[in-house]
Amino acid sequence: MELLRLATAGSVDDGKSTLIGRLLFDSKAIFEDQLESVERVSRQRGDEYTDLALLTDGLRAEREQGITIDVAYRYFATPARKFIIADTPGHIQYTRNMVTGNSTADLTLVLVDARKGIVEQTRRHAFLASLLRVPHLLLCVNKMDLVDYDREVFESIREEFAAFASRLDVADLSFVPVSALQGDNVVQRSANMPWYEGASLLHHLEQIYISSDRNLIDPRLPVQWVVRPQTTAQPDYRGYAGQVVGGVFKAGDEVMVLPSGLATTVAGIDSFDGPVDEAFPPMSVTLRLTDDVDVSRGDLICRPLNQPTVGQDLDAMVAWMTERPLRPGDFLALKHTTRWVRAVIRDIHYRLDVNTLHRDESASSLGLNDVGRVSLRVTQPLFYDSYRRNRQTGSFILAAEDTNVTVGAGMLHGPD
Amino acid sequence: MDRGRGAVGQYQLSQLQNIEARSVHIFREVAAEFERPVLLFSGGKDSVVMLQLAQKAFWPGRIPFPVMHVDTGHNFPEVLAFRDRCVEAMGATLVVASVQESIDSGRVAEEGGANPSRNRLQTRTLLDAINEHRFDAVFGGARRDEEKARAKERIFSFRDEFGQWDPKNQRPELWSLFNGRHRAGEHIRVFPLSDWTELDIWQYVASEQIDLPPIYYSHRRQVFRRDGMLLSVGPHVSLREDEEVFEATVRYRTVGDMTCTGAVESSAATADDIVIEVAASRLTERGATRADDRVSEAAMEDRKREGYF
Repeated sequence: MELLRLATAGSVDDGKSTLIGRLLFDSKAIFEDQLESVERVSRQRGDEYTDLALLTDGLRAEREQGITIDVAYRYFATPARKFIIADTPGHIQYTRNMVTGNSTADLTLVLVDARKGIVEQTRRHAFLASLLRVPHLLLCVNKMDLVDYDREVFESIREEFAAFASRLDVADLSFVPVSALQGDNVVQRSANMPWYEGASLLHHLEQIYISSDRNLIDPRLPVQWVVRPQTTAQPDYRGYAGQVVGGVFKAGDEVMVLPSGLATTVAGIDSFDGPVDEAFPPMSVTLRLTDDVDVSRGDLICRPLNQPTVGQDLDAMVAWMTERPLRPGDFLALKHTTRWVRAVIRDIHYRLDVNTLHRDESASSLGLNDVGRVSLRVTQPLFYDSYRRNRQTGSFILAAEDTNVTVGAGMLHGPD
Repeated sequence: MDRGRGAVGQYQLSQLQNIEARSVHIFREVAAEFERPVLLFSGGKDSVVMLQLAQKAFWPGRIPFPVMHVDTGHNFPEVLAFRDRCVEAMGATLVVASVQESIDSGRVAEEGGANPSRNRLQTRTLLDAINEHRFDAVFGGARRDEEKARAKERIFSFRDEFGQWDPKNQRPELWSLFNGRHRAGEHIRVFPLSDWTELDIWQYVASEQIDLPPIYYSHRRQVFRRDGMLLSVGPHVSLREDEEVFEATVRYRTVGDMTCTGAVESSAATADDIVIEVAASRLTERGATRADDRVSEAAMEDRKREGYF
């Protein structure tokens, strides 16, 4: 059984929570006690129908205000796949949550209200999904019941969105007309829309091909932890533990350790469950090397003929996530793969309007929920790939040095 | 039956291998970046799976941190015996934080009533132990599928010097880049099983042949019915007038205090039987068996804010 991580985004009343509630309910991932508790609350509030949104809105403030305030994770499984949903709110002040949800997603599900069509938020969500390089984008045209299941409405939204998406970097785009409230095309194909010949939403999620989305070309292992048991049974064991974030490693492979640049070979790949023939993303393994080279946390194991960029001057798209604006000259803590370094902001080249994609080159700072192109310098060289090429070796987070709070996310540019 | 364990194709992990790899990654990050981590271990299935994952993360080295049990004094004796066996087999160090000692020293007061629950009191004992041992990272076995408030919590969850969780002010958590930075006196709760569901846990127990306390499996037991749950007869639970004891074939889906954990009628005697039973179940494990979550719509959220697990 495969795992598919999906991120959802939608405006406050696009019916996103209802759609997820419906998906969970119809795929039988909702339990009777959860449903009873939702029915009870709906009755108390005097709702006309059971509000499935209450299944996902977990915090007190959310139930009181009828909004979603933070990323919530939901789980369901069908015989084909297990799904992890990162459910993110759509209000403008919570763009940071959308970036967060999309960072690990295989697929982003964007919802539009069939009566309203493409709105500013739809474009913003699609842009953020493409910025975070989510491989699959699925546009759900919801509330089809309120437009009499009219094909023309769906087609015109589809055309308008496809035209916009052609300006983005979206590898795979698909469309489904649904009614979350009525359950049309969510799990079963709907008899109300015979003109729609595609798969139901759930069927889409089960079928989308995700195996080729990972980087299996560039071998990369950021060292997390050096395993040295120092026991009488294993006095000299030395292994380098980490999660493979690119390519494939095998025993006998010639490898290079950065930053030392020393070349050696893989003596063996170990795991608690026995030797590993081939290590590939996202396996967590332990590599033993033939030569006794100096390797520590933060180092990177790659191949001599396939090395990442090594550098201290970085160029990145940064999503800013806190009230205090980002300005040139600011010092921040930066985490990239398994190392923390200090960074200083050198320049802000432009701020990108996430609704129009317009570049504002006069911008001299980034505010909360802004996205912009930034150059920075770090205290030690990083071993990185462009984010386009590798989402793990191409990303970093920024933390404030005084409060320790995560304040920004960066996607590195570099040679593709 | 497909346990989700076998590889699904070339260079493709099954979903269980996938979440296992991420959990191992989390253990290694914490061991590398924190000075004094500790793993909360109750002997319950989630904490046993956590311990297994920790063992995998550092193998062939030993787990580089101690385990801690917050002992309410109301635990099932079978679970305490299992806890000791398990910790000894792994060669791990066990720290026991006792709610009874917190009561005796006047840090907390026992709730009133015939069968007081010590569920809420555990929070003080836990926070005192974290301070005393200066633990800066605390692994917990909470899963996001268990409860709505837990569904919104980060994998690295910041706690201020009062141990409080602020759900509206959480750090964004992107990619696999976890931010464990904190000041002295603050700590991070770490939840390596965040993405695991109850079914995943049981599939893993089955495929890894993990040993669990016997009360998880079907057995005959003296029980009585209260608030729709089957509670066990024992020293901390006294019967009300209208309650009647009978013998039933039951098992436990969760393991908490004897005062608030209910059994379910079941004939599932092995982990494989339970996988089938859980897959068909129409009740969540906490809804079916935990009185502590039934206090209000936001019972878990309120306890978590105060520093609960």
